[in-house]
Amino acid sequence: MSKAKLHAPLIKLRQRFRSFLDRNRKKAFAYPYIIWMALFVIIPILLVMVYAFTKAGIGFTLENFSGINVYAPVFGRSLWLAFLATIICLLIGYPTALAISRTSARTQRIVLMMLMLPMWINFLLRTYAWMSLLENTGLINRFFGAIGVFELVNSIGESLSASWTPIDHFQMINTGGAVVLGMVYNYLPFMILPIHSVIIKIDPFVIEAAQDLGASGKTVFRKVIFPLSLSGVISGVTMVFVPSVSTFVISKLLGGGTDMLLGDLIEMQFLGAAYNPHLGSAISLIMMIIVVVCMSIMNKFGEGEETAVVM
Amino acid sequence: MTKELIRLIDCRKEFDGEVVLDSINLGIKDKEFLTLLGPSGCGKTTTLRIIGGFLKPDSGEVIFDGVRINDVPPHKRKVNTVFQKYALFTHLNVFENIAFGLRVQRPKLSEKEIARRVHEALELVALKGYEKRSVSQLSGGQQQRIAIARAIVNRPQVLLLDEPLGALDLKLRKDMQRELKQIQQQVGITFIYVTHDQEEALTMSDTVVVMNKGEIQQIGTPLDIYNEPKNAFVADFIGESNIIDGVMVEDKIVRMYGHNFLCLDKGFAKNEAVDVVVRPEDIDIVPVEQGQITGVVTDVTFKGMQYDIIVDFQGFKWLIQTTDHSPVGSTIGVKIDPDGFHIMKKSEYSGLYGDYSSYSEEYDELSADPEAGGQEDE
Ligand SMILES: Nc1ncnc2c1ncn2[C@@H]1O[C@H](COP(=O)(O)OP(=O)(O)OP(=O)(O)O)[C@@H](O)[C@H]1O
Ligand SMILES: [Mg+2]
Repeated sequence: MSKAKLHAPLIKLRQRFRSFLDRNRKKAFAYPYIIWMALFVIIPILLVMVYAFTKAGIGFTLENFSGINVYAPVFGRSLWLAFLATIICLLIGYPTALAISRTSARTQRIVLMMLMLPMWINFLLRTYAWMSLLENTGLINRFFGAIGVFELVNSIGESLSASWTPIDHFQMINTGGAVVLGMVYNYLPFMILPIHSVIIKIDPFVIEAAQDLGASGKTVFRKVIFPLSLSGVISGVTMVFVPSVSTFVISKLLGGGTDMLLGDLIEMQFLGAAYNPHLGSAISLIMMIIVVVCMSIMNKFGEGEETAVVM
Repeated sequence: MTKELIRLIDCRKEFDGEVVLDSINLGIKDKEFLTLLGPSGCGKTTTLRIIGGFLKPDSGEVIFDGVRINDVPPHKRKVNTVFQKYALFTHLNVFENIAFGLRVQRPKLSEKEIARRVHEALELVALKGYEKRSVSQLSGGQQQRIAIARAIVNRPQVLLLDEPLGALDLKLRKDMQRELKQIQQQVGITFIYVTHDQEEALTMSDTVVVMNKGEIQQIGTPLDIYNEPKNAFVADFIGESNIIDGVMVEDKIVRMYGHNFLCLDKGFAKNEAVDVVVRPEDIDIVPVEQGQITGVVTDVTFKGMQYDIIVDFQGFKWLIQTTDHSPVGSTIGVKIDPDGFHIMKKSEYSGLYGDYSSYSEEYDELSADPEAGGQEDE
């Protein structure tokens, strides 16, 4: 037997492997991503599910869900604050993105860079910074005191009602407002960036075509630019709403931890005194479902919008 | 076809200090099919955008129906545009794309009126029944028709078309050319059409405006432009031309190669140096002894209808189109009738065009062209 013959099966195998790779080249590139998804997305979700439907020593149970309605106010507050933050981000973010898209390429780069810059600072540090600004003895209150705002407010208050109790600060920290502010501040770039990236991709000739057909500036926005940027709005809304509804750092630092949010509640079940990962998982699961439902409604709304706008 | 609808007076446009349009003077008559023709980058689109209102000329005036409209924004002009790359609204279906202009009209049109006119427009471009389709599902030719229907449904006085057939294949192009011409005659509106395809310009237009480097070279009917090109650029750009240095000995006599030829042109100074245009199809091949001049065949290409042969006349190569075959290397005589000559005054383009020494290279360029076009599109 010659050497060549001996290697023939090997060569054949190699050829087979090659042609398999050729045929599945595109798929092959997806494998790392699939593995990644499995490791960091699918498995954690499965774990959460397992925990949610079991209890130590008992096995399968629905008990974790039975008492969950006591937390309804927490769900409500979380959704409400996240909703507020999302709306505010949208109202600030959309015009900002639109304005940025109309500047020169150079200016756009610089502005976007400046938007991202704070993100390089640790999230906690940024939120702590807001704390020291908003505190009762914080920078803002001290500034107001220095320029005599409280004296003015007190004198007005006294003239209006005899039982006025004089104030020496505005209560800003530990309020829902501070939490929303923290969310808006932290997540606003996630609204601006996707909207901006969609708007700059709109073909300028399509806008010219609309003008050409008789649409004024406002109409062009309403009938062309906005509908075409809707996908950016949807991803912006998602990227602000989801972290807002699950945050615990912001509410803890700026909300004072008294009015709990979902994130705090869940964190407590895993790391806090109330250690109960099964309950934590159940709450997480419900939150996940709520978020998914919200987002799919949002997406449906978005699809409808495209035709609704023209009607 | 008598009233003048649009006039550009001394329009000039610069981009970043570079002159893109220079003293453009152009009158466009009502219901006319006028074509702006010229090589890439000569300023055709820029001219169209000035008429459409998307650009303001740096100096000069744009007159519409006797009124200066330099400062009128596009949405208030009575012109509509078919864009070079269609620019359809991808978020709207076919019906809504066409209805767009009707819906933004004030006073509002009734839903019934809108539907009626959209259907009428769809019928005009032979796309009835496509109302509900998404525009991204349509072929290039269909998208093109939607773009035309969308513009025409507003009943503009003028339709601007920027290389509307540029992206279509040859067969479809020919069909669409005929259709466009039909549509224009049917609805009776002015078309201002941009193309760099001279054949398209000649077959479709009432008036052709030949442009180069931001300047108008010649305005005329297709026949005028072909038979009486003003300068070597026009002669070369429109069809094939041999352009030879000559001298007008006197009226109706032109001298080249030391030989006096009879021609029909007059009005030149005595012994004025001129450019002589001879179209390849106006040259008869005759036996050497009967020829006015003689040359050597250097190249023969079979073209189906005729042979393209390249003949060397004392170092200057001519293109001759003939049905008779002459082998490479043979010496032939040629005869040109007086009406085969066209005499032009010398211009900045003299000597730049009309020599076929590099004929085969030109062919290479032509065959490489579609690819280059494709890359540009991306
Ligand atoms: N917005 C602009 N900024 C800078 N230069 C421009 C601009 N628009 C056009 N130009 C330049 O003006 C010249 C004429 O452009 P134009 O688009 O009018 O050419 P065209 O004749 O339509 O060419 P084509 O056949 O390739 O479409 C070109 O050199 C082009 O680079
Ligand atoms: Mg152009």
